[in-house]
Amino acid sequence: MPQRDGIVKPKTKRSKRFLQSREAKLIENVKNAMIMKGGNTSETVTQALKDIYSLKKPNAVMYKKKNITRPFEDQTSLEFFSKKADCSLFLFGSHNKKRPNNLIFGRMFDFHVLDMIELGIEKFASLKQIKKNTCPEGTKPLLVFSGEAFNTDNEYKRLQSVLTDFFRGPSVPSVRLAGLEHLLHFTALEGKIYMRSYTVLLKKSGCRTPRIELEEMGPSFDFTLRRTHLASDDLYKTAHRQPKALKPKKKKNVSHDAFGTKFGRLHMQKQNLAKLQTRKMKGLRKRRGETVEGEESSLKKTKMDE
Amino acid sequence: MLALDKNPANIREFREKNKDEFLRSLARDNTQLLINEIWKLPTERVDEVIVAKLPETTTRLPREKPPPKPRPPTKWEEFAKLKGIQNKKKTNLVWDDVHKEWKRRWGYKRAKDDTKEWLLEVPETADPNEDQFAKRSKAKKERVAKNELNRLRNIARAQKIKVPGIGLAPTGQQSKSDLEKAVHVAKMSTASVGKFQDRLPKEKAPRNTGKKRKFQPLIGDFSTEKQKQLDILKIMDSKKPRLDINKAVNKQMREEDMESRSKKKGGPGKKGRKGNFSGKKGKGAGSAKGGKNHKPRMKQGKR
Repeated sequence: MPQRDGIVKPKTKRSKRFLQSREAKLIENVKNAMIMKGGNTSETVTQALKDIYSLKKPNAVMYKKKNITRPFEDQTSLEFFSKKADCSLFLFGSHNKKRPNNLIFGRMFDFHVLDMIELGIEKFASLKQIKKNTCPEGTKPLLVFSGEAFNTDNEYKRLQSVLTDFFRGPSVPSVRLAGLEHLLHFTALEGKIYMRSYTVLLKKSGCRTPRIELEEMGPSFDFTLRRTHLASDDLYKTAHRQPKALKPKKKKNVSHDAFGTKFGRLHMQKQNLAKLQTRKMKGLRKRRGETVEGEESSLKKTKMDE
Repeated sequence: MLALDKNPANIREFREKNKDEFLRSLARDNTQLLINEIWKLPTERVDEVIVAKLPETTTRLPREKPPPKPRPPTKWEEFAKLKGIQNKKKTNLVWDDVHKEWKRRWGYKRAKDDTKEWLLEVPETADPNEDQFAKRSKAKKERVAKNELNRLRNIARAQKIKVPGIGLAPTGQQSKSDLEKAVHVAKMSTASVGKFQDRLPKEKAPRNTGKKRKFQPLIGDFSTEKQKQLDILKIMDSKKPRLDINKAVNKQMREEDMESRSKKKGGPGKKGRKGNFSGKKGKGAGSAKGGKNHKPRMKQGKR
C-alpha cells in the first residue's frame, strides 16, 4: 500500500482512522479470513465454503465471484486480495478432474503466503443436512486435535497450527463457562483427517465439573492431505518473532521452593542506628533552651561582622 | 482453548465400530478432559455470569504483520537531542484580550488569529501598491510548502534514499557558498562541460574544483628535475626517518586535545557528531597557543 510509508498523508480523520486500523500493531487485530472460489467449483465445495464461512462469520469475508487463480502456481493475486481486504487467512475452494473437491487452507505473513495446505474433501455433510442443533454465530470453539500424526509428522504439525490459527477466533482474557457450546474435533487416522463439529451439552454430574454430551452439528468433513506449501524455517521463525515490549519481564532474585514458598533477596541501605527512634521518655527529651541559645549567639556574630 | 490428544487411537476399534460413533466417543472423552481443566481455572462473576479467566496462551502462532518499528527521528529531533533541547508543555488555551475569552493557542478559532485581521498597516519601507494581505498569505503558503518538503526529506533520509539536488533545492535564504556552487553546477552542465562559458567580471573561480593531478612538463627546466631526484635519493640514503614538522606538530596537538577532553568527560569520549564538533573547537583554540607551547617539545624530539 503506498500510504504505508507515510508519504501520502490521509486527508480526513476517517481515512486516518482506517489506515491506523490496518497498521502493524504490538497487540494485533483478530486475523480475518477470506473465503474464495476458484475457476470451477462443485456443489460440495461451494456448500463447504459457505458452511465454514458461517462458522467463522464475524471475522471472514466471502468472495462471491469466481477468481481464476491457482494458489500453488501463482500467489500474487492472493497476496493482492489479502492486502486489499486486510485478511491474513484464506480458504480457497476449487474443483477439477485432477483434484476434485479441493480446499486450500492458508495464511499470510506481511501479505505474503506463509503456509498453504491443500485438502481434498472425501466426504462432506453440511450444516443443513444435520439439522438437529446449532450454536450462535461467532461462538469461540473448543479445538481438539487427536491422533499421533499431529505430534510426529511435520506436515501435520503445520496443518494443526494452520487450523488452530484459522478457527480459534479472537483471543480473549476470560470466557463465559456456559458459552462453551461449540467443539471442533480434528482426528488424524490412517492418512485421513476427520473434522467434526459438535455442540456441547453440559449435563449435571455429581461433582462440580459438568458431564459432557456431544451432538453432531456439521459441517463434517473427511479430508485427505494433498499438496503443501510450508514456509521455510527462517521465515517461520521471523513470523513468530515476538516484539520486545510484549515479552514478560524477568523477575530477578525471586525463587520458589518445592512448597511454593517465595524467596527473594532484598538490598537495603545501611541503617543509621544513631537516629533510630527508641521509646519516647520525658527524661530523654531534648531541652529547648540549648538550641535557642546557640542560634541567638550565631545571629549576634553575623551582626558583629557587619 | 486447545487440547491435543497424543495417544494413538485404537485403530482396531475404529475399523470394527461405526466410524462416526467412534469419533464421537473419542471427541467426548477429550472434551471432558478439556472442560475439566477449564473448570479448574479461577472464576469470576461479571454481570451475573460466571466467567473463567484464561491463562496466557502457550501455543505460539505466527503474527499477521511484523511488529511495528519505532519512527526514525527527524532531523530536528536529532538536533534537539544533541543539544539537549526538550519540549516545553504549553497550555492549550490562552487568554485573548480582544475577545475577552479563553481561546485555543493553535488552529481554528485561535487567539490572536493574524489571518482574520481586516486592516493591515503598510510598513514605511514597503511599496505602497503592494497588497499586504496577499503577501501574508503567500508567506504562509511558502512556510507550509517548506514544511512539507522537510517532511518528505525526513522520510527519504529514514529510508536512506539520496535526497535529490542538495545544492539546487529551493530554500528560503540561500547562503553565498550555496549560490556559488549552484552557479558552478549550472555552468558546467553544457555539452562542452562549461569550456566556452563566459565569466562575470569579478567572479572568482570556485574552490575545490579543477585539476586534481598535477604533472611536470615533459620538456623544460632540467635543473629542478635533477634537484628533485637528488633530494629523493638523499632521503632514501639517510638512515634517520624523515620528519615533517608541520604534520608532527599537528599530530601532537591533536593527541593532547584528545587527552584533555577524555579527562574532562571522564568516560567514553567521542560519539558521532558530538565528538566532531568539539574537535573543531579544539583545533581552533589549540592553534593559537600551540605555536608557543609545543615547539620546544618538538626540538627535543629532533635531538
